Amino acid sequence: MADAAPSRQRDTTLMGMYLFLASEIMLFGGLFAVALALRLLHPQEVAAASRRLHYGIGAANTVLLLTSSLAVALAVAAAEMGKVKGTVAGLLAAAGLGLGFLALKAAEYGMEIREQLLPAFTPAEAFDSPAAHLFMDLYLVATALHAVHVTVGVALLAGLAWRVHRRSLALPRAATGVEVVGLYWHLVDVIWVFLYPILYLVR
Amino acid sequence: MKVVAPLIAVWAALLALLGMTVGASLVLTGTPSLVASLGIASAKAALIAWVYMQLRREGGLMRIMALGAAFWLLILLGYLALDYLTR
Repeated sequence: MADAAPSRQRDTTLMGMYLFLASEIMLFGGLFAVALALRLLHPQEVAAASRRLHYGIGAANTVLLLTSSLAVALAVAAAEMGKVKGTVAGLLAAAGLGLGFLALKAAEYGMEIREQLLPAFTPAEAFDSPAAHLFMDLYLVATALHAVHVTVGVALLAGLAWRVHRRSLALPRAATGVEVVGLYWHLVDVIWVFLYPILYLVR
Repeated sequence: MKVVAPLIAVWAALLALLGMTVGASLVLTGTPSLVASLGIASAKAALIAWVYMQLRREGGLMRIMALGAAFWLLILLGYLALDYLTR
């Protein structure tokens, strides 16, 4: 199937992936628009609400995701050279770092529930202001939607590692498959790179 | 090693930028803080897109596809800001 024109096949695959990623960007774009509107309308309240978040935990989670992106980039490089062990190691390292991100995020949600910061677990009167409540609604929706994407990404990375390990994906011919999953993972990382300052670092 | 070294250099740069954005949040407030955090986030996103997502080796078509999404997002956010800033 891929024998006729592999480079054209690769271009088509990547282009389809980029179109999907564009739709993901627009999905999160709506949330970024909400963040922008909230900040323009209620700058003081939003900054006060943001200061109550654990920015150190957010930074640690950023380190985990950035490092996982490095692992995926190394896996793609290994896949293109036909190195099975390197590819599997990179993919598994990235999946493990993704799990670490989710564990830290869950612990953070737990702290926020105890501190009466997380909507759905906190009565409306407990928030400092209606704007702070809105901001925390945005925080919960945006980080939960992102966590769903991380979960899907971890499953994709682990599944891919398994198939490469079993040789049901033969490298380097199947390197495009590794590349496509890598693109998805990098985008999930890029979205977090913007969510982190927009949610945690409003001053 | 020729392939691996730039990937690790980008990772180090990304961590340095993370340090910068946390540092900036400790000293800046208001609009300068917003500009600094979004500027640094954009630099990180550009590094990831250019090196990790390998746009540096792709042709024009793929780069336009990738930039297209950012462009649409800027239209969305731009018109929204125009509305709120001119009330």
